[in-house]
Amino acid sequence: MDIAVLVKQVPDTYADRRLTGPDLVLDRAAADAVIDEIDSKGVEIALQLTEKHGGEVTVVTMGPERATETLRKALAMGAHRAVHVLDDALAGSDALQTSEALAAALRTLQVDLVVTGNESTDGRAAAMPGMIAERLGLSAVTSVRTLEVDGGTFRAERVVEGGASQVTAQLPAVVSVNEKVGEPRYPNFKGIMAAKKKPVTTLSVADLGLDPARVGLANASTQLVEGAERPAKSGGRKITDDGQGGQAIADFLVEQRLV
Amino acid sequence: MNDRQVLVLAEHADGAVRRVTGELLAAASRLGVPAAVVVGTPGTAQALAAELGALGAATVYAVETPEAGATLITGEVSALQAAVTAAGEPAAVLVAATFDGREIAGRLAVRLDSGVLTDVVGVALEGDEVVTTQAVLGGSYQTRYRVTRGVPVVSVRGNAIEGAATPVAEPAVVPLQVAADPTAPRVLETVPEEAGDRPELGAAKVVVSGGRGVGSADNFHVVEELADVLGGAVGASRAAVDSGYYPHQFQVGQTGTTVSPQLYIALGISGAIQHRAGMQTSKTIVAVNKDADAPIYEIADLGVVGDLFTVAPQLAAALKARRG
Ligand SMILES: Cc1cc2nc3c(=O)[nH]c(=O)nc-3n(C[C@H](O)[C@H](O)[C@H](O)COP(=O)(O)OP(=O)(O)OC[C@H]3O[C@@H](n4cnc5c(N)ncnc54)[C@H](O)[C@@H]3O)c2cc1C
Ligand SMILES: Cc1cc2nc3c(=O)[nH]c(=O)nc-3n(C[C@H](O)[C@H](O)[C@H](O)COP(=O)(O)OP(=O)(O)OC[C@H]3O[C@@H](n4cnc5c(N)ncnc54)[C@H](O)[C@@H]3O)c2cc1C
Repeated sequence: MDIAVLVKQVPDTYADRRLTGPDLVLDRAAADAVIDEIDSKGVEIALQLTEKHGGEVTVVTMGPERATETLRKALAMGAHRAVHVLDDALAGSDALQTSEALAAALRTLQVDLVVTGNESTDGRAAAMPGMIAERLGLSAVTSVRTLEVDGGTFRAERVVEGGASQVTAQLPAVVSVNEKVGEPRYPNFKGIMAAKKKPVTTLSVADLGLDPARVGLANASTQLVEGAERPAKSGGRKITDDGQGGQAIADFLVEQRLV
Repeated sequence: MNDRQVLVLAEHADGAVRRVTGELLAAASRLGVPAAVVVGTPGTAQALAAELGALGAATVYAVETPEAGATLITGEVSALQAAVTAAGEPAAVLVAATFDGREIAGRLAVRLDSGVLTDVVGVALEGDEVVTTQAVLGGSYQTRYRVTRGVPVVSVRGNAIEGAATPVAEPAVVPLQVAADPTAPRVLETVPEEAGDRPELGAAKVVVSGGRGVGSADNFHVVEELADVLGGAVGASRAAVDSGYYPHQFQVGQTGTTVSPQLYIALGISGAIQHRAGMQTSKTIVAVNKDADAPIYEIADLGVVGDLFTVAPQLAAALKARRG
């Protein structure tokens, strides 16, 4: 089975992430750019499936030039080829626009399954998998913890607020993975060397046949009205437990009228 | 006041409306005339109509099929789409910002070619326009957004909207037909989370969380006992969850639940930035950690450097004694 995995480059959650400019877009210079952890788990699941059932993994991203680093990381893990949706005209895309571009890129591939993360760590829309399924006319099973493919159907354990369910659906489909799906493999030296020679196809707005009047910040379907950084919380009192630490907290809670 | 309808996808279980739906109807009443969309088996909407009216719904759109609940998501999307058509030009569509709700919102936005705003914590009508407030990047920025194309599709965070809509005595129940989606994934079996006696994590006024420092699943009773004395919910760090100390649904942080209680007590949690992303907007933060340099102290109103296994039980006992 052939699989496409969507991978997004995001500001490292370990860093101080910032918004910038009049439109408060992500400040990509403020933090290291990394593959979103959830997407490396998506790559892992796809590799496991192709190791078991045959086929190849294509990783797909939309992002600026340096998002190729994220593609190389996925290729080093073992993905076979990559597609980079790259065009300055796409900068500042919102979810509606991103889904349009990614769906167009996926239409250039012939795959049985599209794997994504359930929620990115920056935008946190948790909407892309459903939006892409909608555009491609596929069914979607989101936030899965386990996934088993059997011929043209698959079975998944889906975990969302309120509980878990066993779900079955037909391929082709879109599946998004939950963070408890399993740990991603580390690329080894051989993988890193091999990744340098794997094919990366670049697709522009024109290549994808997108309407230039619908792409980018200026044509976004959502618009910033205003925004500001919230003052960071600062630390207060710190004491060392002298045997009365628990009592000290109790006194503090009483003083703060919290109990 | 806007006389356009504002559609709310009603969540219900076991014959009752979920709390978040009341919050959504309250939000809707600030934007126009609230209308609820009920997806369920035949008879569901009629049975819920009085309760939805009491929460402010003037109209209840009923999309009923015997199959409801047996398949995933697209039934709700089609129901909302039909309700948008029936409502004429609704001012907005509101859904809960759960995983299901955000998927429904995204799919509906594609069908309507509309902008979608995610995980909003406030809504307002400015002129004729819906403006939402979002707390992004772990609550470190507050932004306000509007939609420039189509019907605004908005997912609203639970426990963020206060107040209530004006009750409506007898809401009109309007049946709508939608075509079934034969390709929708089928749900074979659902195992609901055990709710237990404690308050819901996202809604609790007090949250007591345990981290890797708790050391084992058995030891987590120390966290639970303190939570129970305070009438609070129990939370856990990702390290505690991944070590198998506590179930996944209680994870607080970047990739878990976002909490904003009156009081957050962190026991044996270092305060990694991704944990803070899910709790740093708490009103008061208390931390107990053996390591005096743990980053959690940077945001703790009171920090006690010590062993959680002596400090937490002493605190629980002091609070019990105080109550008498
Ligand atoms: C703080 C912040 C708030 C935002 N709020 C909104 C909003 O309310 N409404 C709105 O329309 N837009 C919003 N955006 C923009 C939106 O995040 C981007 O359009 C984004 O590319 C898609 O949304 P997501 O990453 O949140 O998607 P999610 O649905 O959370 O992502 C799930 C998965 O989709 C895949 N994916 C997502 N983006 C890409 C990509 N560029 N390339 C490859 N795979 C991808 C990944 O596999 C990812 O794990 C926001 C952005 C930021 C930084
Ligand atoms: C993409 C991404 C998403 C993430 N999402 C989340 C998330 O949602 N939530 C989350 O929590 N983390 C998340 N993390 C993980 C995060 O980086 C940390 O690894 C995690 O929060 C650490 O948990 P901890 O504080 O319990 O463990 P540790 O960092 O190991 O800290 C344990 C602490 O316990 C203290 N301790 C030990 N014994 C005792 C004792 N007897 N008494 C008192 N103190 C004691 C130690 O001094 C130490 O400070 C995420 C990471 C990434 C990369």
